[in-house]
Amino acid sequence: MTENNNDNNTGDDAKERVVGTPTDTTDVVTETSAKAESEHNGPYLASETHQHSEEKQVRGEKLASVWFIIAFLGGVGFIVSYFLFPPTAAGPAIADPQIGQYSNVLLGGTLTIAMFGIGAGMTVWARNVMPHYEVASPYEDLPSSPEEKGSFSEFFMKSADESGFTKRPLMRRTLIAAMLPLGIAPIVLLRDTGPLPGEQMKVTPWVDGMHMYVEGTHRKIRAEDLENDPYGMISALPALDDDRYPHGISLTDQAKSVILLIKMPEDDWKGGMNDAVREGSDETRLNWTHEGIVAYSKICTHVGCPAALYERTTHRILCPCHQSTFDASDGAKVVFGPAHRPLPQLPIGVDDEGFLIAKGDFNEPTGPTFWEYRKD
Amino acid sequence: MSKTTQAPKALRGVGNFIDDRFHLAKTGEKNLRKVFPNHWSFMLGEIALYSFIILLVSGVFLTLWFKPSMIEVVYDGSYERLQGVPMSEAFASTLYIDFDVRGGFLVRQIHHWAALIFVASLVVHALRVFFTGAFRKPREINWLIGVAIFTLAMVEGLFGYSLPDDLPSGMGVRILQGVMLALPLVGSYVSMFLFGGEFPGEDIITRLYMLHVLLIPALLLGLIVAHFMILWHQKHTQYPGQGRTDKTVVGTPMFPAFAVKAGGFFFFTFAVIAGLSAFVQINPIHLFGPFTPTSITSGLQPDWYMGFMEGSLRIFPNTLDFTIPIGAGYPVMTAVLVPGLVVPGLIFGAMGAWPFVEQWITGDKRAHNVADRPRNAPVRTGLGVAGIVFYGVLWLAGSNDILSETFSIDLYLTTYIFRVLVIAGPIVGYIVTKRICLGLQRRDRETLEHGYESGIVQQLPSGEFIEVHKENSDETTHVLESKPVITSTALEEDATDDNGVENPAARKPMGKLRRALAHWYTKDNVSFEGVEAHSGHHLNHSSHGDDKGH
Repeated sequence: MTENNNDNNTGDDAKERVVGTPTDTTDVVTETSAKAESEHNGPYLASETHQHSEEKQVRGEKLASVWFIIAFLGGVGFIVSYFLFPPTAAGPAIADPQIGQYSNVLLGGTLTIAMFGIGAGMTVWARNVMPHYEVASPYEDLPSSPEEKGSFSEFFMKSADESGFTKRPLMRRTLIAAMLPLGIAPIVLLRDTGPLPGEQMKVTPWVDGMHMYVEGTHRKIRAEDLENDPYGMISALPALDDDRYPHGISLTDQAKSVILLIKMPEDDWKGGMNDAVREGSDETRLNWTHEGIVAYSKICTHVGCPAALYERTTHRILCPCHQSTFDASDGAKVVFGPAHRPLPQLPIGVDDEGFLIAKGDFNEPTGPTFWEYRKD
Repeated sequence: MSKTTQAPKALRGVGNFIDDRFHLAKTGEKNLRKVFPNHWSFMLGEIALYSFIILLVSGVFLTLWFKPSMIEVVYDGSYERLQGVPMSEAFASTLYIDFDVRGGFLVRQIHHWAALIFVASLVVHALRVFFTGAFRKPREINWLIGVAIFTLAMVEGLFGYSLPDDLPSGMGVRILQGVMLALPLVGSYVSMFLFGGEFPGEDIITRLYMLHVLLIPALLLGLIVAHFMILWHQKHTQYPGQGRTDKTVVGTPMFPAFAVKAGGFFFFTFAVIAGLSAFVQINPIHLFGPFTPTSITSGLQPDWYMGFMEGSLRIFPNTLDFTIPIGAGYPVMTAVLVPGLVVPGLIFGAMGAWPFVEQWITGDKRAHNVADRPRNAPVRTGLGVAGIVFYGVLWLAGSNDILSETFSIDLYLTTYIFRVLVIAGPIVGYIVTKRICLGLQRRDRETLEHGYESGIVQQLPSGEFIEVHKENSDETTHVLESKPVITSTALEEDATDDNGVENPAARKPMGKLRRALAHWYTKDNVSFEGVEAHSGHHLNHSSHGDDKGH
């Protein structure tokens, strides 16, 4: 019911509209002409229907047919569009994104025409050819009558007694006991879906002396590389060359060991860099840097997106997912956003040839913070 | 048509064959005569049903080529720009669907668009049911099934979004895993078991695939069938009108009119989805590239229905995080747990609980088949709008980086704004909506009393201009007069019984709470008592000042 039905008063289209029903007598709610009453012989009571004039029906039939013909042509067009792009000797024609796009538009466009045509035709059919009327019908009576309920209840309990289930507790209880282990079995069977966490989330492939590759390459990094880098930041992975993986390192190891190497003037270090790298350690965060270069885990401690955006002037690292912001000059402390803890830091140094190396593993587990991350 | 056409022989044959075995003639006729009330808002659920059907069909097509495998391969397929790039077989097979299978690109886009429209129509349909009180007895169970469908649909969508293993989808899985890890005590175990090891491992796509194409669709299908059978059995609600009562439903019979209209509407729904898929690109995974856990782009957006989760993850601060000081200390990450669990729990929990809460407050145990006009239940409508605003603010907050860039607002400022809005917005939304409802009730009363404004202006001999009011139609009068009075049994029960002893139920804390809620739920209402239709001065500009709100 919208605002107001006053436009019902105008009477122009009263013949097509449903007018209300007398509330008491009958389940018929339509005003019909006597003519329709006498002529109609359909599946519904004559008084329930209201026919359109034959003229209008014929017009409707023609219009609906036009839509159906359009739909037919659309459907034929769809099949034609499919065969318009046969594979060539060089491979599928649609492999070229431009041609693929044409194919998509043609197939989708013809399909749209076909579907729309059928929908429109059926709507015209329903509106202009079919008689318009509404009928009334009773809602189911809820709830059942007390007699029915009583009878059901009596029968149910009588039968339950008859079965002995209520009277023979030993049998009942042992049956329930028999079900219990089977109920737990499916959960037990899920045990082998994965290993227990153990310590594996707390260690990464970084070990003392391991070189670093620029992410996505097999190029080792020198300290000078960061001098020349326009962003003052390089994303790096441990220099592993495992043949089993196209990158030389599994995605799982990438996910936990990827680091951001950041170089900044040593005057910019803030107080947080003098903190111990972990509780009880006598090494400070500054000890773990090398000539103004610091390495942090690139994986945000919030829910694990790569915190890939670095602003050189403010030394801020921003995670683009949920905007946790870390201060690279201050031990990667959280300065804004939802992250729970700083980005873990990796101890770095250089080898004899001047290549950057790790001097050990991170000070804390990398990745999203989890319940037992602090437990040793 | 003077005579009913005789059923064709073949059809009679089939009919008899079936009836000989199932005795269906009577049941069949009863169901073909099933009455469906007419209103555009009843088609919202139909859109959901039809998009679900489209999802099933298009999804089956996609499984013919998709390989749910995380084995890393170096791409050597038809799409030149990614040749030589390492990627999972899942991503490579999705590229195959796009660039080697004719129509594959279209069906993938149809599947994605249908998913977006499926969830959207579910939401709008649920809102319609909520605002019109169609969830009331006897339909509470169907409402709960609907809430379950909504929840499952979101999970189903998220998993489907994750399957191609492109950069944004993999990041969605990563965020899911990050939220799991934050669970106290069991986080790392849940994650290890689901992923078969550490993130991303080599199993997750295979497992999500099973969940996406088998388990969740089966559950959804079962729930949708149940939803539909209950609807069929209980019949549709209807809006107030002449002849429409809690005992009698008025509408179009299933056969032929409703069947043809609904069939046509299915094709319209399909046409819209096909049209979008043809002309509006969605999820171009070949432009995003394969997932790696180390790369990301800015401006990432999930599918719309996950936006509210993304938004709450963005704006919830870490200041409420704490560490349980046992041993080395165990963190409780409220900044992940509240957005990841509490917010959806609140939204779905409130939806599921509301029919029972409302029934408890009002004590209304009657069966309702005539839907409420939203204005006639101002508190419920206000709460609904508050819920929409809450959800909407979180949803917008999921795009705060894009809003920040588009409108050149400081990124952190948008976060602060959303933090305020998510609390203030629903409150303002509630108050404003309730006032609007009461205002509409007043206008209803005025319309009932004085008729409607005809738009005809007359000048009286005295020189005064008036607008002529005309009498309402019977239908309008009926609808306006049928405004239900909101009451609560909690307020009717006396605080003391005949002997002056305090009513024990009302004395207990729950009883007091119920009375307070009942007062809040019923206190604002424009009474139609004593108002008689067209009793006002038809030809005079009515003078009225008797509203208590004036």
